[in-house]
Amino acid sequence: MAAPSQQKVNTRALCDAPLIESSGVWSKEARMMASARAQASGLPQRRDEYWKYTRPDAFVHADVTLQASQRSSLGLFDQRATISVAFEDGQIQAAALPSAAHCTLESLSSASGLDLHWARDIYGHLEAAGQKPVQRSLAAVNTAVAREGLLVNVTGAVAAPIHIQATSSGQSDSTIHHVIKVAPGAEVTVIETGQYGARSNIVLEVDVADGGRFQHIRVQDGNERHMLTHIFGKIGAEAVFKTFTLTAGGQLTRNECVLQLLGDDASVSVAGACLGDGDFHHDDTVFITHDAVNCESRQVFKKVLRNGAVGVFQGKILVKAGAQKTDGYQISQSLLLDDDSQFLAKPELEIYADDVACSHGSTSGAIDVQALFYLRSRGVPEAKAIDLLTLSFVAEAIEEIEDSDLAQDILDHLTNTMSAQ
Amino acid sequence: MLNIKNLHVKLEEEDKQILKGVNLSLEPGKVHAIMGPNGSGKSTLSYVLSGKGGYEVTEGAAQLEGVDILDMEAEERAAAGLFLAFQYPVEIPGVGNMTFLRTAVNAQRKLRSEEEMSAGEFLKVVRAKAKDLKIDAEMLKRSVNVGFSGGEKKRNEILQMAMLEPKMCILDETDSGLDVDAMKLVSQGVNALRDENRTFLVITHYQRLLDHIKPDVVHIMANGRIIKTGGPELALEVEQNGYADLLEEIA
Ligand SMILES: Nc1ncnc2c1ncn2[C@@H]1O[C@H](COP(=O)(O)OP(=O)(O)OP(=O)(O)O)[C@@H](O)[C@H]1O
Ligand SMILES: [Mg+2]
Repeated sequence: MAAPSQQKVNTRALCDAPLIESSGVWSKEARMMASARAQASGLPQRRDEYWKYTRPDAFVHADVTLQASQRSSLGLFDQRATISVAFEDGQIQAAALPSAAHCTLESLSSASGLDLHWARDIYGHLEAAGQKPVQRSLAAVNTAVAREGLLVNVTGAVAAPIHIQATSSGQSDSTIHHVIKVAPGAEVTVIETGQYGARSNIVLEVDVADGGRFQHIRVQDGNERHMLTHIFGKIGAEAVFKTFTLTAGGQLTRNECVLQLLGDDASVSVAGACLGDGDFHHDDTVFITHDAVNCESRQVFKKVLRNGAVGVFQGKILVKAGAQKTDGYQISQSLLLDDDSQFLAKPELEIYADDVACSHGSTSGAIDVQALFYLRSRGVPEAKAIDLLTLSFVAEAIEEIEDSDLAQDILDHLTNTMSAQ
Repeated sequence: MLNIKNLHVKLEEEDKQILKGVNLSLEPGKVHAIMGPNGSGKSTLSYVLSGKGGYEVTEGAAQLEGVDILDMEAEERAAAGLFLAFQYPVEIPGVGNMTFLRTAVNAQRKLRSEEEMSAGEFLKVVRAKAKDLKIDAEMLKRSVNVGFSGGEKKRNEILQMAMLEPKMCILDETDSGLDVDAMKLVSQGVNALRDENRTFLVITHYQRLLDHIKPDVVHIMANGRIIKTGGPELALEVEQNGYADLLEEIA
C-alpha cells in the first residue's frame, strides 16, 4: 500500500464536518478543541521518541486493508450475569441500551446531538490532560471524530459487570470513545471483549470520584487487526482503579494508559498479559502521575512471545513534589519461547518527593529448564508442561484482577486458548 | 525390573565423564540402596535414568522391564512407570500443587491409553494420601513446592509417588532435611507402597533411613562406578567406618 500524503491524512482524520454539523453544543465544543489539539501537535511520526519501538504508520494510514476475523473470546463471561452491550462494526446494537440500578447507559451517538450532557465535563478533558508531557495526538483525533461509544454514569454500587462485546467483520475502521463517571463511593466493573474493527482507535475516559471503585477487564483477540487504545483516568481520594488486559491475538496492539492520582490514599493497578505468536506486535505504554499523598500504584505486565513476536513496554511513574508516601511498583517481564522473539522495555521513574518507595524491574527469560524437567519427569508432556509454566508466568498479572470469579474465567480462557494453539 | 549395563555418561557441554560403567540389576519387589561419597555420581545416575537433558550416554544401556529407556522422553519414562523423588524438588510459582498432581496423573494415564481420573475421585484419593503424610489442605492449594520447608518438599515428593503409583521408584536423599517424625511418615509412605511388583532404589548417606526402609541389597558407589554390593550389613559398615577402607580395597 502506498503511503498516503500527509495532506490526505490530515483532512480526513482530524475533522469530520458532517459530524460537527450534527453535534450539540457540548460535543461540538469538545470535538473542535480536540481537532485543534491534534492539528497543533501533528500526527505521530516514526522518529518520535514515544513511538521508538512501535511504528505509528499503521495507525495513521488513510486506508485499511485488514480483514477482521472470528473472535476467539466469544462466549467468555457468558456464564456470569452481566449488563450486556454489543458493538458491531463500531455501531451499538439495539435501540435501547439496557438499564440497571445505580447507573445510566447511553450511546455517544445519541448524547452527542444534545446541547447539554453530564459527559461534557469529562469527554475530551481527561484526554487533554493526558497530552502532557507527551503528546498523544491520535487520542485527540479520537475525541474529535468518534461517532460512537458508551457513556456510563455510575451513582452507586452496580451489582453486575457491564460487558461490552465488540465484533467486527470485513475491513471496518472504528473510532470509539467511552466515558465512565463513578460518583463518590460508587462502584462498577466494566468488561470489554473482542474487536471493534479491523482497525480501531479506542479511548476510554474514566473519572473516579473520592471513594469510588472502578474495575476494568479487557480481552483483545482477533487475527489480522490493528488496535490503538488509550485509557485516561482521573482518580480521587481513597478511590480504587484497576485495569487488566489480556491480549491473545491481533497483529498490532498498542495500549496506552494514562492515570492521574489526584486525591490522597488512592490506589491503582494497571496489568496485562499477552500471548504473541508470529506476526504479533504488542505495546503497553503506561504513564502514572502521583499528585497526592499516600497513594499506591502497581504496573504488572507479562508477555509470552514466540515465533518472532515482539513485545514492548514503556512505563513511567511520575511522583510530583508533595506526593509523599507514594508506593509505586512496576514490573514488566517477558517469557521468550524461542530466540526469534523480542522484548523491548523502557521503565522510567521520575521522582520529586523524598518520602517515597518505588521499585521497578524488567526481565526477559526463557522457560526454566529445571521446572520443565520436573514436570516432564512426572509424566506431563513437553507442550503441556510449557503451557503450565506459561500460565504460572502470567499468574502475577492475573492476580491483579480483584474479582476472583472473573479472574478464574480469564485463567480458563487462557488455558483453552493455549491448548487450541 | 530395571537393568543397567555398563552405563557410561559424560556431561554434554564439557568433556567430563561422570558415570564410568555402572552395572545394576534391580529385581521386582526388592529395595536396593545406594550409598557413596559426595560427588560419586548417585544423583547423576538418577537423572540420566529419568531423562534429564545435559548428559550424554557414551556407552551402555538401561532397560525397564526389558524395554530400553534411554531414548525415551522423560514423560514416556514416567508413563512407563519410572519415578524419581528429587534430591532438590523444584519450586514452580503459579502452578497449584493440586493442578500439578492432577495434570500428572491424567497425563500418564493418557500416555498409557487409560481412562482419566475424574475430578471427584482424584480429590478423594489425594486427600486420603495427603492425610497419611500429614500434608494439609493449605499445602495442597499452594504453588508447587513454593514456600515449602525442606521436609515439606520431601513429603510432597512422596505424595506424588503415592498418587502416580510407579513401578520403579528412585529416591534421591529423600531423608535429607527430614526431622525424626517426618522420617517416620515418609518411610511409612514408602513401606505402604512396597509390594512384589514394585522396586525401590534408595539413595542415602545414612543408616537411619535404612532402619525404617529395610533394604534387601546395598551398593556402594564411588567415582562413577558401583564398587561393592552386599546385604544390609554393608550400610552398617559404612556408618561405622566411612568409605576409606572400601576405597582402599579397590585402589
Ligand atoms: N551439570 C553439571 N555440571 C558440572 N558438573 C556436574 C554436573 N552434574 C554433575 N556434575 C559433577 O558430577 C559429579 C557427580 O555429581 P552427583 O550430583 O551425581 O553426585 P552425588 O553422588 O549425587 O553427590 P551427593 O552425595 O553430594 O549428592 C560431581 O563431581 C558433580 O560436580
Ligand atoms: Mg546427589
